[in-house]
Amino acid sequence: MTKRISTISEIANPIVEIKGLNLFYGDSQALFDVSFNIPRQMVTALIGPSGCGKSTLIRCLNRMNDLINGLRTEGSIKIDGIEVLDPELDVIAHRYRVGMVFQKSNPFPKSIYENVIFGLRIAGIKDKSVLDEAVEQSLKRAAIWEEVKERLHKSAMGLSGGQMQRLCIARAIAVNPEIILMDEPCSALDPRATAAIEDLIRELRSEYTIIIVTHNMQQAARVSDYTAYMYLGKLVEYDLTGKIFTAPSHRETEDYISGRFG
Amino acid sequence: MNSISQTKQSKNNFLHRGEPWVWASGAALAFILVMIVLLLGVVVANGLPAFWPKDLIEARLKDGSRVLGEIHRREINGDGVATVQFKVGNRDLLGLDFKWLSQPEIISESRPVDAVVLERREYGNFFGYLQKTDGAKAVFTDAAGRIKEIALIDIIRSYRPNRMNLLDKTGLYATRLVELLWDEPRESNTEGGLFPAIFGTVLMIFLMSILSFPLGVIAGIYLREYAKPGILVTMVRIAVNNLAGIPSIVYGIFGLGFFIYGMGGAIDQLFFPQNLPTPTFGTGGILWASLTLGLLTVPVVIVSTEEALGAIPKGIREASLACGATRYQTLTRLLLPMASPGILTGFILAMARAAGEVAPLMITGVVKLAPTMPIDTSFPFFHLDRKFMHLGFHIYDIGFQSPNVEATKPMVYVTTLLLLLIVVLMTGTAIHLRNTMKKRYTLTDV
Ligand SMILES: Nc1ncnc2c1ncn2[C@@H]1O[C@H](COP(=O)(O)OP(=O)(O)OP(=O)(O)O)[C@@H](O)[C@H]1O
Ligand SMILES: [Mg+2]
Repeated sequence: MTKRISTISEIANPIVEIKGLNLFYGDSQALFDVSFNIPRQMVTALIGPSGCGKSTLIRCLNRMNDLINGLRTEGSIKIDGIEVLDPELDVIAHRYRVGMVFQKSNPFPKSIYENVIFGLRIAGIKDKSVLDEAVEQSLKRAAIWEEVKERLHKSAMGLSGGQMQRLCIARAIAVNPEIILMDEPCSALDPRATAAIEDLIRELRSEYTIIIVTHNMQQAARVSDYTAYMYLGKLVEYDLTGKIFTAPSHRETEDYISGRFG
Repeated sequence: MNSISQTKQSKNNFLHRGEPWVWASGAALAFILVMIVLLLGVVVANGLPAFWPKDLIEARLKDGSRVLGEIHRREINGDGVATVQFKVGNRDLLGLDFKWLSQPEIISESRPVDAVVLERREYGNFFGYLQKTDGAKAVFTDAAGRIKEIALIDIIRSYRPNRMNLLDKTGLYATRLVELLWDEPRESNTEGGLFPAIFGTVLMIFLMSILSFPLGVIAGIYLREYAKPGILVTMVRIAVNNLAGIPSIVYGIFGLGFFIYGMGGAIDQLFFPQNLPTPTFGTGGILWASLTLGLLTVPVVIVSTEEALGAIPKGIREASLACGATRYQTLTRLLLPMASPGILTGFILAMARAAGEVAPLMITGVVKLAPTMPIDTSFPFFHLDRKFMHLGFHIYDIGFQSPNVEATKPMVYVTTLLLLLIVVLMTGTAIHLRNTMKKRYTLTDV
């Protein structure tokens, strides 16, 4: 399925709408008035120098920041029209819709099978055939099924780094989320594993909305449809990936992308 | 020149690689092992042979008298004279069980085949010769020819050691060991078995674990996972850490004041007023002793729970929450199983310490001889208000409170050995459990 890539102003029916987002860690502000819309079933990349607030921003989307004491937010994030920052939000249900893959792969010390169905199990699903089906589907979509189908009930700790990261992706998609957040998912992987995960991201794009943080410009250029460039907690530029990488409208963006800065 | 620089380098290497430290830590370990083996060796060597049936020796002395008994030791005394220690038994006739003879006085030693050993309910062993049996009584003579009538029901066992072969002796030895494990003590604990003390020790450790383990784990979870970090939590943490260093007798006094007089007294007022002023729960008992020892173990369990939870990588929590788990689900499905080896390690240490504690027990319910067991067949079967016997206290009692120190010595060693065995058995089980958990939940397993 080919996608209609429009210009930035034309994002119709966005899945995420961020408006005037300010975020404070105690007294220090980490995000300044961030506003942009993220399109449905496309890959959006967040780039920018270290410490500019990329992780902080995507962790707002699944309320992972709740874990941090003294964190305060202002503004609005709507996902499918539902306010995410609402303190009354059912965070558990919300996290089923917004899955996450972390920079450092973090499989649980359980079998591969149990890792994949962790989200289903805690949702109370017990039917063995449903679980089996979910394991096979998720592992296939995460492009790791062939490698692990013989050892589903062995510990996930025996996998290689790249396999672990793909297992974590399988775990995230097993609950069928609408959005998958990826915070530098390839930073600890070798080029081959990285290539496998990039293929996977392009594959998953037909069903999921993916928001990926990356330090690798080529990677952003290869996998994403839209790219947002952030600097010091502010959103500097947000546009079609093709446009950002060929004709950025801001000088800073161009400097960062071409490696003159960052 | 080249060789000089090489030596210098190799010397440097030796220091740099930390060889001396490796050696020092190896030596420390070896030293500890030697001490343990030595301790075990002394206990085993002194305890176990005491139950082997020794031959009876009759010695003829220069003054014409005869002595019949078991030879326990041969020594050169301070004046350079060889002496022999005889266990002569017959406390009712001779007063003392043991007698030192100097070797020059002994003309001859023989092993009379007819010599009999009687194990009696009173006055210890009797060594002598059977003259005749007469209904419910038997008549014996001792080495000096004095006549002694003994009722048959007072005799527990009789044998002629000088006639027994190795097989017979082994059989008797085994019977005695079994008796030690399963029988009641006799003669103010110096003879007979240790069953009530073994039972009391095991039950107490068990009760203590049931009471203190969940409490410690829950408190540790609360402190680490739920309590808001702040001054109060820090103070609680410091207090808990210091609790582990309080002398155990202080716990005993606290147990006496709080559990026995406070809680026990209140229970008596409420539920057993008909018995007052005789206390039911308001006096020492196995429940209160276990609770007191539980207090002693709780701090260690709390600290190890906190440490074990703290050592789990942040990524595991984040991943679990990102999958839609609640904090409680994260705790029960991931954090606790992963922390369990660490928690168990702390608990094992605490349990081993508590199993060997005696001081706090002495004021919270241990007795030298308990007429009844804390669990028996009379309703309601569990009598946790009852006083109980304990191997640790038994060691103190027979070793230091008994008038007949020489006779109880083997018993002290055997009791020590049993206490060690019980501790090893219980911690061994816990260690096995921990290793199973470790294998299942460790992060580095391949
Ligand atoms: N828990 C926290 N408490 C206080 N400040 C924080 C916390 N986490 C992040 N920050 C600050 O917020 C800013 C943004 O951090 P963030 O982790 O979002 O950066 P990032 O863009 O993801 O960087 P990187 O590319 O290195 O991962 C940084 O200045 C950081 O120091
Ligand atoms: Mg980051």
